Amino acid sequence: MWRAELHHLFRRTVVRVQLIVLFLVPVLLAVAVKLSGGPSSGQGPSFLDQVSHNGVFAALAGLTVCIPFFLPLTVAVIAGDSIAGEASLGTLRYLLTRPAGRVRLLVVKALTVVVYSVAAAVAVAVGGLAAGAALFPVGPVVGLSGTSFSLADGIGRTLLAAVIVGASLLGLAAIGMFVSTLINSPVGAMVITAGLVVAALVVDSVPQLAFAHPWLFSHDWLAFGDLLRSPVTWGGIRRDLLLQLGYVVVFGAAAWARFTTRDVLA
Amino acid sequence: MAAVDGVGLRVPTGSVFGFLGPNGSGKTTTIRMLLGLISPTAGTWSLLGREMPAAAEAALPRVGALVEGPAFYPWLSGRDNLARFDAAGPDGQRATRTARIDGALARVGLTAAAHKRYRAYSLGMRQRLGLASALLRPRDLLILDEPTNGMDPQGTREIRNLIRDLASDGTTIFLSSHLLSEIEQVCTHAAVMAQGRLLAQGTLADLRAAGEARVRVGVDDPTRAADILGRLGLRDVAVLDGQVSARLDAGGPVGAARCCRALVEGGVEVSSLATVRPSLEDLFVALTGEGFDVAR
Repeated sequence: MWRAELHHLFRRTVVRVQLIVLFLVPVLLAVAVKLSGGPSSGQGPSFLDQVSHNGVFAALAGLTVCIPFFLPLTVAVIAGDSIAGEASLGTLRYLLTRPAGRVRLLVVKALTVVVYSVAAAVAVAVGGLAAGAALFPVGPVVGLSGTSFSLADGIGRTLLAAVIVGASLLGLAAIGMFVSTLINSPVGAMVITAGLVVAALVVDSVPQLAFAHPWLFSHDWLAFGDLLRSPVTWGGIRRDLLLQLGYVVVFGAAAWARFTTRDVLA
Repeated sequence: MAAVDGVGLRVPTGSVFGFLGPNGSGKTTTIRMLLGLISPTAGTWSLLGREMPAAAEAALPRVGALVEGPAFYPWLSGRDNLARFDAAGPDGQRATRTARIDGALARVGLTAAAHKRYRAYSLGMRQRLGLASALLRPRDLLILDEPTNGMDPQGTREIRNLIRDLASDGTTIFLSSHLLSEIEQVCTHAAVMAQGRLLAQGTLADLRAAGEARVRVGVDDPTRAADILGRLGLRDVAVLDGQVSARLDAGGPVGAARCCRALVEGGVEVSSLATVRPSLEDLFVALTGEGFDVAR
């Protein structure tokens, strides 16, 4: 059933378009850098100033640009649609009488959202690597602490960064799925989830709310940059992933409690 | 306020069970409960002899359902839609899937449109695809909520034949409909619901026997005929369109033949004579009332 669900998700036009757009974001970044000759050091989003020296950085710059809003938005769309989308089509009643099993359906949907999150981040990284390699020289990567890694190591770290970015979206994905079990309107679930992303970003930018910052699912979204240090400092990444796990447990349990007991009237 | 209350439905194995009721009477709510989509606040029910909802995983694979109209993914073809649902639960063996889908599509006459997107289907085609989905695997019970909704007369006829075929294979069929003629033509049993309550259930013959038969005669002089029938002791004598009718008490001393003789002896010319059983419609109206407005 899981394979069928994955197939079902990735054959949807809207999902394919999202992935293609995510792939194109770092490509556009790289083209812009190429055309403008690149921003001078110290300006623009981190990693962007290094793209012209080494194409690998196009992938990292792409992730940095996409993580605050674009990636969370696409994850909010997929997670918000997961249950509410089936409910609004009426297909939920036929899945449940099939019987797919409520718990099994929820788990399968959750797993496909996980796969989508990682695939979305990897699409950005792959787009960046492809465009960077096409437009700029590639070579050993100079990390944030000044030491350089071999090209293969650099690419490996970039892809690992993408996987971590994908994983750090899972807290949001869990919230989105919970919202999706609450209402029958997929658009409503998407909007609420995307609204929570904006709210988290706003709260994160207000210094007076600093006490809440470490608990925001978006707070450590940029921690993947630590992978380019030598040695890698895992503290931020570990904290981020633990926080995401906490969100997944809490909202996963809430989604389970809601979905296994609700009356399906749609 | 409960949407449905005190529904003690008993659907015998092997029956074609007609489930009747006006709009808003709680038929679909009852069906949703049967299938475990909503939980009743009180009471128990079983499906294929198993306690629900605990045995849902064991019982539901043997149940094909069409609930409140078909629902599919508009961007997938009919065939892909069936494959998606088949893959989503137990007993959907991949090896036999293509053959089973072909068989189900052929059975509902949808083979030619199998590759069209569901979005492009007409209401009747959608209904057919919903039936195909219910027929994708061997079933012991089919729960069909208004299966001919939106279908053309040929389609309705085919579905009726399909239901007869399935029933003769031993599948129990639970058919919800407001088309009384349809129920009358295919069902062996029926139940009537109104305002969330079950009003009657039983075999079609028993339900009909509950209402009394009438004798109806075509005569040259209705007034005189009515007078004669009244003197025979018949009740509810009525004159309509030159015909006279009266209630025949079951097992009473006066039968249709006795009426005929009395009329002829009384000098009335009798051109036609019939004993009329109440139709399901008469029964339905008697149970649920004449009102046209939805109950709530």
